[in-house]
Amino acid sequence: MYTNFGTVFIFVIIGIILVAFPLLLQRILAPSRKTPDKLTTYECGEDAVGGAWIQFNIRFYVVALIFIIFDVEVILLFPWAVVYKELGLFAFVEMMIFLAILSVGLIYIWRKGDLDWVKYSVPYGRGRYKKLKIVPKQVPAVVAEIGDRGSTIVDVTTS
Amino acid sequence: MDLIDFIIICIKVVLVFAATMLAVMGMIYAERRISAFIQNRLGPNRVGPKGLFQPLADGLKFLMKEDIIPTAVNKPLYLLAPAMLLIPALMTFAVIPFGSSLTLFGRQISLQVANINIGVLYILALTSVGVYGIVLAGWSSNSKYPLLGGLRSSAQLISYELSMGLAIVAIVLMTGSLRLNDIVSSQQGHLFSWYVFKQPLAFLIFLIAVYAETNRLPFDLAEAEQELVGGYHTEYSSMKFAMFFMAEYANMITAAAFTVTLFFGGWDIPFVDEAAMGNWGALLSGIAFILKTAFFLFLYIWVRWTFPRFRYDQLMNLGWKVMLPLALLNIFITGGILTIIS
Repeated sequence: MYTNFGTVFIFVIIGIILVAFPLLLQRILAPSRKTPDKLTTYECGEDAVGGAWIQFNIRFYVVALIFIIFDVEVILLFPWAVVYKELGLFAFVEMMIFLAILSVGLIYIWRKGDLDWVKYSVPYGRGRYKKLKIVPKQVPAVVAEIGDRGSTIVDVTTS
Repeated sequence: MDLIDFIIICIKVVLVFAATMLAVMGMIYAERRISAFIQNRLGPNRVGPKGLFQPLADGLKFLMKEDIIPTAVNKPLYLLAPAMLLIPALMTFAVIPFGSSLTLFGRQISLQVANINIGVLYILALTSVGVYGIVLAGWSSNSKYPLLGGLRSSAQLISYELSMGLAIVAIVLMTGSLRLNDIVSSQQGHLFSWYVFKQPLAFLIFLIAVYAETNRLPFDLAEAEQELVGGYHTEYSSMKFAMFFMAEYANMITAAAFTVTLFFGGWDIPFVDEAAMGNWGALLSGIAFILKTAFFLFLYIWVRWTFPRFRYDQLMNLGWKVMLPLALLNIFITGGILTIIS
């Protein structure tokens, strides 16, 4: 058993060598003629405007949060699946109760509209995104992912 | 364990690495040739016979190019990202059994590098580590396109990882083991003991999820070149770019091998008892494994050059609203049927 993980360790070492060796070889072989223009950030040939370390869309964060909840569930399911045949009906009923509770969570975020990627286009979103409405606005220079349609989203109940 | 065992293990590790690298080169060549044939072109045919040495020429070119690290990047993470992506991609193959056991000089040698008892979890864990490589590459580049590519890719990977894991749970339910060897041996016998026939829904979910996990079309939004230039590796050049490229293909190869192991009996040839045939059986089983994997690799290329790309909201809808409930339903059905049978 430990031998097998030892083998995996040999695999790691060879993997690291396989990554490091070509990089080293390239360092020796490849030319290095750097100019300030070469070292600029790529932005379609223009000078880059601002950095990229900005606030990105919160939707990615929501997806990550939902993922964590369900990933824990998947992790719990694996040991259950291994011993399933020994435990029989008891294991089935118990896990189905657990899955039912989680399914309620899934239905909740589904109804609330957190699973919709486009939250404001057709009938102004669902669930908690019902209040969102498109308001035309001046496009800022740096926009992440959504704002580039010449509009922005505001909460009509607060503004 | 004595010295000879250690030498055998080392030989196996080196052989598997060599085979993976060779397969990566073969895939790059096959991708370009097959895509050319699909589009009624010739593809690379100048370097070597039928252009077979094209990947070598590509590799040499990558090696000779200047490595440009933009001044705006976060350097430690920028350098770490390709390694974070490539090393797990190469390591995944360690647990996949690629043949029955060989008997040489009175020693039984199983055609698998590491027969660990959590093989399935090992592969799932390593594919998750790959996400870090993509996120780090996207963020550390400090450029707009890589950031968007990295974000999109990470959201996509985590969404489809769930369905993939749940599809595998159904297989584990039927096998009662996380060891890949046990999964293969439980599929031996006749053709219909393969899990693709017992778990068709799990297979469909798994296949779609694997395409999303390897960032291939129709799910290659991370590097959608028409909108994101190069996605998360826009700022990488020369050998570091080659590493992203190699990692993508290495991931595809292990994903294909993993699909074969889980659903198509691994190295099993239906109606044939490989163990009774001795070394010839081992050889045949190895060939069967390679052929099955090659088919799935061909399927990757075929799909890529035939289907259009998904839109991002369609991708998220498919992942969360279709595949996840279906995968949960599949576990429910599998568990129910197993309880009724026993």
